[in-house]
Amino acid sequence: MNRSVKTDYLIPLLVLFFFMAALPLAAQTVVTDDQVNEVAKDLYCPVCENTPLDVCATQACADWRELIREKLGQGQTEAEIHNYFVTQYGESVLATPQPRGFNLLAWVFPIFAVLLGGTIFVRYIHGIRIAALEEELAAEGGAIASEPNDYISRVEAELRER
Amino acid sequence: MSEIAQPPVKQPAKEKVSLSSILIWVIVIGLLTVVGLGLLDSRVTRPEAGAEAPVFEMQFFDGYEWQGRPAVSLEDMQGQIVVLNFWASWCVECRVEADVFEQTWRKYADQGVVFLGIAYADVEPNSIAYMEEFNLTYPHAPDLGTDISEIYEITGVPETFIIDKSGEIAHVQIGPINEAQLDSILSQLVAEGG
Repeated sequence: MNRSVKTDYLIPLLVLFFFMAALPLAAQTVVTDDQVNEVAKDLYCPVCENTPLDVCATQACADWRELIREKLGQGQTEAEIHNYFVTQYGESVLATPQPRGFNLLAWVFPIFAVLLGGTIFVRYIHGIRIAALEEELAAEGGAIASEPNDYISRVEAELRER
Repeated sequence: MSEIAQPPVKQPAKEKVSLSSILIWVIVIGLLTVVGLGLLDSRVTRPEAGAEAPVFEMQFFDGYEWQGRPAVSLEDMQGQIVVLNFWASWCVECRVEADVFEQTWRKYADQGVVFLGIAYADVEPNSIAYMEEFNLTYPHAPDLGTDISEIYEITGVPETFIIDKSGEIAHVQIGPINEAQLDSILSQLVAEGG
């Protein structure tokens, strides 16, 4: 192969090789808005009450989303970014409270509320059934009580004769 | 005639305490406890003028330390008048008073007055850029974990608390403060020696 052919093929191949090698690296640092919002949706706006970070329009939220983008570009995971925000801005930034300390109540309370409601409901139904049964028994007992009790009368009569 | 023996009177059966009753009471007592704790917590009011300034720890931004110390407590500043200002780079009204604070700080720096800037819910690079933009030279610290702003129960930024030498809050300013007002308060505190 003469020198001109090497130049014609080798240089373009080298350029293509380095480009392909750099492509994955470039792809890693490009963070999409969807990736940012995936992390941001679990965080609350620092100034607006109960507004998720992915939909908040304030400058503070925009700054925080850019911070998330930067950290995602550095290869940090969602958990690492959330931990960073908690350290910097407190646990109130999390949309879902962490299940520890006083916040554990937020996780446990719904379970207890369901148990309490279910227990009260079961007792209520049980009470209705018992009341119906008692009414039925009372009706049968009244019918029995209305029959003449000859046995007792006879016993009393025989005792009087003695 | 002997008396007719009365059949023994049946004692009413002792009512057993069911597990469901115990469960219900435990849950109700638990909920009342939680509500009670919440009500107790809500009684804690934000610090106002005349109250003792709540103490807190802070770690300064690099290059913005106080007396060369990277981290201090507010207690370390007792004996000095402290102007505690909450701000953020994204806060438009904070920019209105940034120059005021810097100029007043320079005027009172050798009169026993310390200016403290607390960056609230801010991103560090933006905080640094803000301080550089306004050539701020007094100490600044980030509000890590929003601990300081929670202690002072700020309603937003900017908010300023002026603390006298004895550690008592002399003035609370919600919103920007102007130069005349700040100068008037500080000159009075300096003159009073507190």
